[in-house]
Amino acid sequence: MNWKKQMLNLGAVTIACIISICASAGAKAEAAIGADGARHLLNRTGFSATADEIKTFSTLTRADAADRLLKAVNTVAVTPPPDWVNEPLPSPKKLQERTREEQQAIQKLNNDHALELREWWFQEMISTPSPFAEKMTLFWHNHFATSQQKVKLTQFLYQQNTMLRRNALGNFGTMLREVARDPAMLIYLDGANNRKEQPNENFAREVMELFTLGEGHYTERDIKEAARAFTGWSVDRETGKFMFRRGIHDYGVKTVFNKTGNFEGDEIIDLLLAKPETAEFITRKLWKEFVSPSPNGADEAVIKRMASDFKSSGYNIAKLMRMMLISDAFYAMNNRAALIKSPVEFVVGTLKTFGIQTSNMRTFVIASALLGQNVFSPPNVKGWPGGEVWINSASLLGRKQLLDRLFTNEDRMEVAMRNIDDMAMRYGGNGDPAPAGREARMQRQLQKQMGTLHWNLDKWASNYQAAQGETALQDMTRVVLAIAPQTAVGVSANPADWARQLVADPAYQLK
Amino acid sequence: MDRRNFLRMGLLGAGIPLAGTVNGVSWTAAAPVEGSVLRNAAPVLGSAASAINTPYRNLLILVELKGANDGLNTVIPYADPLYAQLRPKIAIPRDQVLTISEREGLHPSLNALMPLWQNKELAVVQGIGYPNPNLSHFRSIEIWDTASKSDEYLGAGWLARTFAAVPAPAQFAADGVVVGSNDMGPLSGTQVRTIALADTRQFLQQAKLAKPDGDQRNAALKHILAVESEIVHAASKLNTNVAFKTEFPKTAFGNQVRTAAQLVASNAGMATIRLTLGGFDTHAGQLGTQAGLLKQLADGLAALKDSMVELNRWDSTMVMTYSEFGRRPKENQSGGTDHGTANAHFMMGGKVKGGLYGQAPALARLDGNGNLPFAVDFRSVYATVIDKWWSGDSSKILGGKFEALDLLRV
Repeated sequence: MNWKKQMLNLGAVTIACIISICASAGAKAEAAIGADGARHLLNRTGFSATADEIKTFSTLTRADAADRLLKAVNTVAVTPPPDWVNEPLPSPKKLQERTREEQQAIQKLNNDHALELREWWFQEMISTPSPFAEKMTLFWHNHFATSQQKVKLTQFLYQQNTMLRRNALGNFGTMLREVARDPAMLIYLDGANNRKEQPNENFAREVMELFTLGEGHYTERDIKEAARAFTGWSVDRETGKFMFRRGIHDYGVKTVFNKTGNFEGDEIIDLLLAKPETAEFITRKLWKEFVSPSPNGADEAVIKRMASDFKSSGYNIAKLMRMMLISDAFYAMNNRAALIKSPVEFVVGTLKTFGIQTSNMRTFVIASALLGQNVFSPPNVKGWPGGEVWINSASLLGRKQLLDRLFTNEDRMEVAMRNIDDMAMRYGGNGDPAPAGREARMQRQLQKQMGTLHWNLDKWASNYQAAQGETALQDMTRVVLAIAPQTAVGVSANPADWARQLVADPAYQLK
Repeated sequence: MDRRNFLRMGLLGAGIPLAGTVNGVSWTAAAPVEGSVLRNAAPVLGSAASAINTPYRNLLILVELKGANDGLNTVIPYADPLYAQLRPKIAIPRDQVLTISEREGLHPSLNALMPLWQNKELAVVQGIGYPNPNLSHFRSIEIWDTASKSDEYLGAGWLARTFAAVPAPAQFAADGVVVGSNDMGPLSGTQVRTIALADTRQFLQQAKLAKPDGDQRNAALKHILAVESEIVHAASKLNTNVAFKTEFPKTAFGNQVRTAAQLVASNAGMATIRLTLGGFDTHAGQLGTQAGLLKQLADGLAALKDSMVELNRWDSTMVMTYSEFGRRPKENQSGGTDHGTANAHFMMGGKVKGGLYGQAPALARLDGNGNLPFAVDFRSVYATVIDKWWSGDSSKILGGKFEALDLLRV
């Protein structure tokens, strides 16, 4: 058995040395990260890595590469938001006076706005000078999961998104305090209904279980008492801002984590930040997002050390991420291609990797939703479970079909479009009384909008003409895949064919 | 090594080298050693699923009524004066109700189900719900799908957990097939072999895009390859050219029923099939919408029965409807109904003891929101499937003991 394992390891090393530099576990931190290291770093911290970006980063040391990413981080999106984000909120009194039809019209408007907001964010992920900032914002969106389905008012979701971006690589404590006052969160976890006479424990429970400590580090009593400290933290429906309502706040004595006092909400947050479990919980979750899906024993020791530094830094997220991104574990060969792309990473990554321009981002927002990730609508307060759950037969075939539509040559494109036509007919045509449901509607929209792409695969692929011989395929493979293709790319003089084969490979689902 | 990989190894065969060329560098690696141990127990492929002795010969067909069907206008308590009082605009008139007892009757659009009722193959279970009901579509269907408590978040669906505990035979094309939906519902989870397809022909077309071979050492990649294998495995078992005498309704749901019939006819082996009929969220103008949907449902289910009889599978088929919740007894201002709680559902099959089960809606005992109390925990319905239909142990799956309903002749 041993010799076989060794043989497997040998295989791994061979794969690692795709090109001249074997930037593997043994390499010193001072050495340049090389092309493979650059590809790994850029795809993990962003959505893609073009050949030029790989070239630029390949000569940097781990520390210089991480610093370069951190320096580029922006705290404000560069894509202009939809106009309505600054429009005044519908007045709450009027809301009650409205007829059901008017209410439905408002709901439809909110749903349209939510789609526009998703398009805006996708566009930002593509246009941003700092994909890392967006990746972190996406991480925090999943961590502080908040859904449009309950919040409804899209302005609040936009506000929350800008707040998360502003703090994405800032201070975790500051972000947590802002989250506790965030209107979308106050609605989503019922903080706005948390009153002295009738405390609502929803936020108090989730802030401990999901936002800071993790399960097993608090008691039901801690939750009940902490909920009292957050009573009266509410939203001013006129201004759409946080509002402290004295009249319904519980000023009494509370006992949380065996400490007793007239605690206010901020003091509960202090208590949470004082616990080492909080730093560990956040560090481990970031590790699983950026380094490896299932930390081993050695990893756990590193996580504990990083968590301790994170806490002593006063919860400086940028410092924590720097530690992670220069670590041996991050660059370890075993951890390359160890993560499954989320639908957003898959969709945005495909657009960016191949330079696909679209005048209608909605197509891709819908594609991502169909594949299981509709941003601003996480399934519940736990966020998307992620990892292997992203891939089932439906979602995998869905991913492949999307790629097929994008990458097949025109003949096959027609066939694919016909298939979608058929599907649309089956779902909703023929004057069915119940056309379809949400998924079929999405499918129809997707089909309608597939024609709006501005992209030429042959042109993209021509950058990899065999002028440099063997390395052209190697270079393209590095851009497209995180590891070697599982099926060898067939012999073809046409680089566009290589690209088609590479995206069809199971390895394309990995980052 | 999980059971999905077991299947994969069965397909691949141990010792077959995985090989590839990486940018000009050829490499080979032997298949993992563990594979050979497992493969000894791997089944012979190609044997007909029908020849295997397994409790999962008993097929469960789930029909999700998405958006929450209004149970009160489906199984109508026409004799209760409160019914008409609560619904001045949308109560179904007494003379239109299809009588099934001196108190209850079915919506006139369910006419196609009456032969099943008369044949005593249709069980009507009233008052299905759960404690502390959640009125959000999303959350409540999650509770139904995972069979969780109201305040509990479980990752895997109840059927996924059932198959993780007692898998369907590896010869089966899959544990479950989801027709016409991308969401796996009760079949979502990583320890279950689920295939989702819109129709069999299209699936076979798509399945050509699957690439099941590759490096098994990377756990993430291993998972993807396992799913690719499931697709190829299922595709290899499906035969889509069975001619039926049954005429399938030309509706979206009728097409799903036809697909389900094709799946069963292919004899590929699967323990469960889930169909979905959507559009039941009737907050406004309920009468016409629900009438259309219920007709679609009943016509489809009648065709489902006919096709299963044709295949000689009706006695080993149980059909069950479900929804995230019921709707509020009191109609709203828009001729519709809002989100409610307890609901009525149908179970049917050759072995189902037809009749009324559960409790008639207690319209006089509505809660503070004007919603119905429940009488039958939905997990009792699941226990009926697991314990009685599949001879399993539901207490392990459902996190407690729920009494199975006595509505099967098995």
